[in-house]
Amino acid sequence: MNEMSKTILIKPIFKENPIALQILGVCSALAVTTSLQVTLVMCIALTTVTAFSNLFISMLRNNMPGSIRIIIQMTVIASLVILVDQILKAYAYEISKQLSVFVGLIITNCIVMGRAEAFAMKNPPIPSFLDGIGNGLGYSLVLIIVGTLRELFGAGTLLGFTVLPTVANGGWYQPNGLMLLAPSAFFIIGFFIWILRERNVEQIEKNEFPMSAHTAEKGAH
Amino acid sequence: MEHYLSLFVSAVFVENMALMLFLGMCTFLAVSKKVDTAIGLGVAVVVVQAITVPVNNLIFNYLLKDGALAWAGLSEMDLSFLGFLCYIGVIAGIVQILEMFLDKFVPALYNALGIFLPLITVNCAIMGASLFMVERSYTFPESVVYGVGAGVGWALAIVLMAGIREKLKYSDVPQGLRGLGITFITTGLMSLGFMSFSGLTL
Amino acid sequence: MSSNVNSVANTLKIALILCAICSVVISGAAVILKPMQTANQILDRNKNILIAAGMFDPAVNSNADVASMFERFNARIVDLDNGTFLSEEEALRLGLDPLTYSEAAAKNDPMLSDALSGEDDVANIRRRVKYATVYTIDNADGSFESVVLPVSGYGLWGIMYGYLALEGDGNTVQGIGFYDHKETPGLGGEISNPRWQAQWPGKQIYDAQSNVAFEVVKGGGPGMSQVDALSGATLTSRGVENMIAFWLGERGFGRFIINEVKG
Repeated sequence: MNEMSKTILIKPIFKENPIALQILGVCSALAVTTSLQVTLVMCIALTTVTAFSNLFISMLRNNMPGSIRIIIQMTVIASLVILVDQILKAYAYEISKQLSVFVGLIITNCIVMGRAEAFAMKNPPIPSFLDGIGNGLGYSLVLIIVGTLRELFGAGTLLGFTVLPTVANGGWYQPNGLMLLAPSAFFIIGFFIWILRERNVEQIEKNEFPMSAHTAEKGAH
Repeated sequence: MEHYLSLFVSAVFVENMALMLFLGMCTFLAVSKKVDTAIGLGVAVVVVQAITVPVNNLIFNYLLKDGALAWAGLSEMDLSFLGFLCYIGVIAGIVQILEMFLDKFVPALYNALGIFLPLITVNCAIMGASLFMVERSYTFPESVVYGVGAGVGWALAIVLMAGIREKLKYSDVPQGLRGLGITFITTGLMSLGFMSFSGLTL
Repeated sequence: MSSNVNSVANTLKIALILCAICSVVISGAAVILKPMQTANQILDRNKNILIAAGMFDPAVNSNADVASMFERFNARIVDLDNGTFLSEEEALRLGLDPLTYSEAAAKNDPMLSDALSGEDDVANIRRRVKYATVYTIDNADGSFESVVLPVSGYGLWGIMYGYLALEGDGNTVQGIGFYDHKETPGLGGEISNPRWQAQWPGKQIYDAQSNVAFEVVKGGGPGMSQVDALSGATLTSRGVENMIAFWLGERGFGRFIINEVKG
C-alpha cells in the first residue's frame, strides 16, 4: 500500500475523527452503544455503507448531472442501506431487532452523505473507497470505546460474557445503571473529546470571547 | 382525545427526539449557538415533521405494507423493503416543495427558514420519526399527532440548548473541552433532566 | 463535456439507469432473502414460547433445537369473548390462520379488535384483540399439559410483550418470558433476568373464588400468588401485575381458562 492510501485510511481515525472533530454521525452513534455486540454490528454496517457509497458515487462522479446530484447520492446510499438491512434481517435477526430503526438511520447519517459530497465527488474510486473505510473506522473507534465502557460498567458484561459479576446475579459488582441510560453516552463522548484534544492541541477550538487583560489601571485617570 | 394528548406529551417530553433518542444530533450540535437561529430551525423541523410523518404513514399503509396493494388487486405484494427509499424520497421531495412554496408565497418566512430547509433533509430526527411511526404501527391521526409532537420536542430541546450555550460562551471552560466537548456534557445534563419525565402518562 | 453531462437527456438517462440498477439489486435481495427472514421471525417467536414454558435454556440449547422442541405444541386461535377455541369453519370465515395470525396486526384492525376505555383498560394497552393464538401441549385425554398465552401490558416506557405459560390446571404458573419491552436497562429491564423469572413457576394465578390473586409486591410476600417486585422499578412491577390481572381476567383469557382449560 502506498503512502497516500495509508494517509487517507489512517487520518480519519485519530486526526480527523468524524465524530470528535467533524461532528458527523453522532445521531445513531449514541443510541446503539448499550451493548458491545450491537455496537460492533452497527460499526460494520456503517463502514460497509460508507465505503461502498463512496466507491459508487466516485465512479459516477464524472457523469453525474448537477441538478440531480443529491438525489443520486441519496438513492445509492438508501439502496445500500436497504441491502444491509435485508441481510441483517436474514442472517442476524436478533441483532437487527435490537438495532430496530437505527439501521435505517444510516441513510441520514451525516458521515455517509458528508464523505460522499466532500471526498468521493472529487476523487477517483479507490481512494474514495479507502476514505470511506477510514471514516467508518474512525466512527467505529469512538463507538467501540463508548460501547465497551457502557456495557462493562452498566451491566458488568462484555459481549454478553460476565466480567464483573453483578449483585443481582449473586456477585459483588453493583452495576452503574446510569451507564445504560441516554445521558451517560453524552458524558463519555464529551470526556473522550477532552482527552483527544489534550493530546492533539491543534484541535482545540479558539475562544470566541477571550478574556481581555485587566485594563482598569490605564483607563483610571 | 385523551389518547392523542397523551401521545403528544410523550412525544415531546418522554421520548424527546434529541435528548432521549439522540436523533438529529449533528444539526443539534452545529446550529445551537444562537437562540434566534435555533428557533428558526426548530420551527422548520416542526413543519416538516408535521407533513412528512402523516404522508409516510399513508404511503406505508396504502402502498408498501404487506397486503396494502389489495385495492389494486395485488394482495400478495409486500413492498415494505422499499420503505427506507420511499421515506427519504418523500422527505427530500417535501422539503424541496416547501422551499419553493415558501419562496413564492411567503417570502418573509422563506428568508427566515430558507437556509435551514436543505439541512433538514439529512436530519435524522425527521427520518427517525417516520421509522418509529412505522415500527409502532400508528394510525393516520396518531401519526399526525406524533409528527407534530416529535417536531415540537426537538425544537424545544434545541432552543433550550441554544439558551444555555449563549450563556456558556462567557464562562471559562477548560481548553480541551471548549466548544464541542462542553456541549456534549451540557446535552448529557439536559438529558438527565428530561429523564424525570419518564413514566409520565395522562 | 460539462454541458453534455448536465443536458436534460443525460440527466434522464442517468436517472433511469440508476433506478434500474438499484431496483434490480434491492428487489433481488428482498426476494432471495425473504424466506430466510420469515423463517427467522417464526424461529424467534417459537423460541420465545419455549423459553416462557421453561423448556429452552439459551445456555444449553441452540436455535437448531427449536424446531424439534416446538413440535409438541399446537397453535390454536381462541375467541376471547366466548372463551372457546375458534372452530375451523369460524376461523376460515374470518380468514384467520393460527400459523400466520398476528395479534400486532389485528390490534389495528377494527374488525378484529375493540377499544378499551377507562376502568376496563387495566393493562393500559388501549385496544384488545378479539382473538388470540394460544399454544398448548395436549394430553391424550383432551386435557392440557401446558398452555402458553400471549400477554402484553404497559410498563414504564412502553408496552411489554411476553408469553405466560400455565400448567394444565389453568392456574399454576409454569414460567414467564418477555420478548419485547422498552423498560430501563438494569432496573425495569430486569424483567427479562432469569433470576427474577425463576420465582414465577409454581405460583397460583387465581384464589379459591377464581379471582385473579396474582401480585407483584416488595419483598415477595409469603403467599402462593406473590412474586418479589423489582427494586427501583415500581412502575414496571405494577405494569407486570396489571398485565396479569387483565389478561387472566374477564376480558382476557379468563373465560377461556374456565371453559376450555379447567373444564
